[in-house]
Amino acid sequence: MKKKVLGLLLSTTMVAGMLTACGNAATEAPAAEAPAAEAPAAEAPAAEPAAEPAAEAPAADEGTVLNISAWNEEFKSRLTDHYPGYEVIDGTTGKIGDVTVNWLITPNEENAYQNRLDELLLAQDSAAADDKVDLFLVEADYAVKYTDTDYTMPIKDLGITDDELKDQYSYTQAVVTDSNGVLKGSSWQGCPGVMIYNREIAKEVFGTDEPADIQAKFADWDKFFEAAGELDKAGYDVISSTADTFRVYQNNAKLPWVNGTQIQVDDNLKKWVEDSKKLADAGYCNTWGQWGEDWNKGFYPEGKVFAYFGPAWLIDFCMAADVEGSVANAGGWAATEGPQGFYWGGTWICAAAGTDNPTLVADIMRKMTMDPTVMKDIVLKDNDFVNNRPVMEELANDPNYSNAVLGGQNALKMFCAGADNIDMANLTAYDQGLLGDFQTAMGDYINGNYATYDEALEQFYTLALQRYPELTK
Amino acid sequence: MDKKKSNQNVVKFNRWGYIFLIPFFVTYVIFSFIPLISTIYNSFFENYRSGLKQIGPNFVGIQNYVTLLGTPEIWKYLGNTLIMWVGGFIPQITIALLLAYWFSDPSLRLKGQRFFKTVIYMPNLIMASAFSMLFFALFSDSGPVNQILLSLHAISEPFKFFQFVSASRILVMLMNFLMWFGNTTILLMAGMLGIDSSLYEAAQVDGATASQVFFKITMPILRPIFVYVLITSLIGGLQMFDVPQILTNGRGNPTDSLTTVIMLLNRYLTSKDVGRGGALSVFMFVVTGILSLIVFRMNTSKKD
Repeated sequence: MKKKVLGLLLSTTMVAGMLTACGNAATEAPAAEAPAAEAPAAEAPAAEPAAEPAAEAPAADEGTVLNISAWNEEFKSRLTDHYPGYEVIDGTTGKIGDVTVNWLITPNEENAYQNRLDELLLAQDSAAADDKVDLFLVEADYAVKYTDTDYTMPIKDLGITDDELKDQYSYTQAVVTDSNGVLKGSSWQGCPGVMIYNREIAKEVFGTDEPADIQAKFADWDKFFEAAGELDKAGYDVISSTADTFRVYQNNAKLPWVNGTQIQVDDNLKKWVEDSKKLADAGYCNTWGQWGEDWNKGFYPEGKVFAYFGPAWLIDFCMAADVEGSVANAGGWAATEGPQGFYWGGTWICAAAGTDNPTLVADIMRKMTMDPTVMKDIVLKDNDFVNNRPVMEELANDPNYSNAVLGGQNALKMFCAGADNIDMANLTAYDQGLLGDFQTAMGDYINGNYATYDEALEQFYTLALQRYPELTK
Repeated sequence: MDKKKSNQNVVKFNRWGYIFLIPFFVTYVIFSFIPLISTIYNSFFENYRSGLKQIGPNFVGIQNYVTLLGTPEIWKYLGNTLIMWVGGFIPQITIALLLAYWFSDPSLRLKGQRFFKTVIYMPNLIMASAFSMLFFALFSDSGPVNQILLSLHAISEPFKFFQFVSASRILVMLMNFLMWFGNTTILLMAGMLGIDSSLYEAAQVDGATASQVFFKITMPILRPIFVYVLITSLIGGLQMFDVPQILTNGRGNPTDSLTTVIMLLNRYLTSKDVGRGGALSVFMFVVTGILSLIVFRMNTSKKD
């Protein structure tokens, strides 16, 4: 008898334990909401305190949590520094008035950011008000994937008028305009790129660090190669990696990556492969991937790298300007146009359809991407290139403005000219995946692991079709 | 009468046994059996996402299998996986056998056994991803390994480990070996300690040499454990993913030679391709089953 009881007891505890373990996740969420639901049902006095906080909320019918989806800290730091009334609570939360700002930051690596964003957007309708994504950030490489759907809200629906948008550079609007011509996002930055070179090395090898003289040495790709040879003799690499010039060639391509469902490779991309192979074979630069420890070396004098290609955000956000001993810290860089104009990156803010904070979302867009005082402040504090033509042109002609990282040079005129020339006609929803796969496959050819370009091209198609089953060769 | 009663008692006690088995069966059905069936089911559909647009599910029969097995990559990736597994497993089992033999041999009286048993197991405690990031940093072009070699004048310029197929594969093998040889040693040691010491004494009395003792006594008795180690390692090896994935950032560089089959599965994630993913998983299931059967047969038939 005793044994029976004991056995029964043991097995019930075990089964019960198992069931509770399974049930936990499901029961927890309603448990948190339970008190709120019960309160109105109880006697009248209990209902009153529940009603009060709602009345205090900023916009009576809007949510108390603003969810922002991003892949790095850049926009967060912009918002922290420049949005009036933003308070930092901890690493992933902040507060604007009574609204809690919740940062959903997922790195870009391996498509992780988009995977998470996709899930969030697809679940948007069924998500609780506080869990809905309100704002999300996109890059030019895949903006089309989001703007061409109903998951992104037209800017007009937020109450923003064309007049407020007139100072933005037109290319930044082209990126986030959907196939029906509806604008669905806004950016605070423009990303015309330049060649950023090391002044010390320029003086040593070319006898001058004047941007105009250096530009003459790097005016086209043939001169670029010659100058690279001179640098090599002095023991310097012209660029850190062959990947550095990829964006320059890619932006000057005539064909979009995908035509209908067919993948196409522009001749200019082939030229990148050939030129890079020449540079690498001659030992004028390395072939490692961007953003790694090896690639970063050139940010310090002992890295012996002459130049990087990049827009304003590379200079201000990536080149270790706040690290003692870096070239940027000592103001050792200078900027010049380089062989060809290009753009790289840029971040666009989009409002997610179904947001429960449309007023706040609209206000963030207005303040961060349209308000000239905030935008001027961003240039002065962070040396970013902002998406506001009058502000940029004013500063470009302002003798008092100078960039410390660039040794006091005012490179804004150069950036302004670049921003006007950017053409975004070639964007497709597949760009990010395809250009990554192209570089992976061609990287192996440049390193000599594939004997011919065609072999590498075949590998590119293999990778691309693994990624996008709907595309064809 | 009495016999019947005791029989009933046995049945009653058995009932408790079944009740205690419920948790296993419930978790097995929920987390293994249902997913298995749904994977097989899904492999017959075209079902993926193009951007945010859902395509399918449309029934396509065995189309996913035809495309998967018709492309040369899958066989290449299977080859990559097997090469990297074998290359890691051979040193792993050799060293593990040797260490287990030394540790379990009382006549050697090794000092500090506990210490070494802990130390060899340590690499297994580190996450594979952390371990491969560590190796990536160590063997990068300007990493410590290259700097040591440079300062010793063994090489004149940095050796680019990650640009050569063999060098990168060897690094993966080395990592798998380092991570798993401790675990294998412990398993084999458990098997060896279970061998009756009187057999060794008898062999000693008969004047058997150390190698005779090893091959004639230890190995035959160890066989069941040995087969277990081999099969679990094979299954683990076929599912090799984290080390090459992190080491090459998912690219399987150079020339896709480090891409394992499961890394291909991961690549389908961009388009959430449930159909191709399902077909690949079923393919792996079949391959694993066949290889395990072969290993099992090889090791049991000799005995008869």
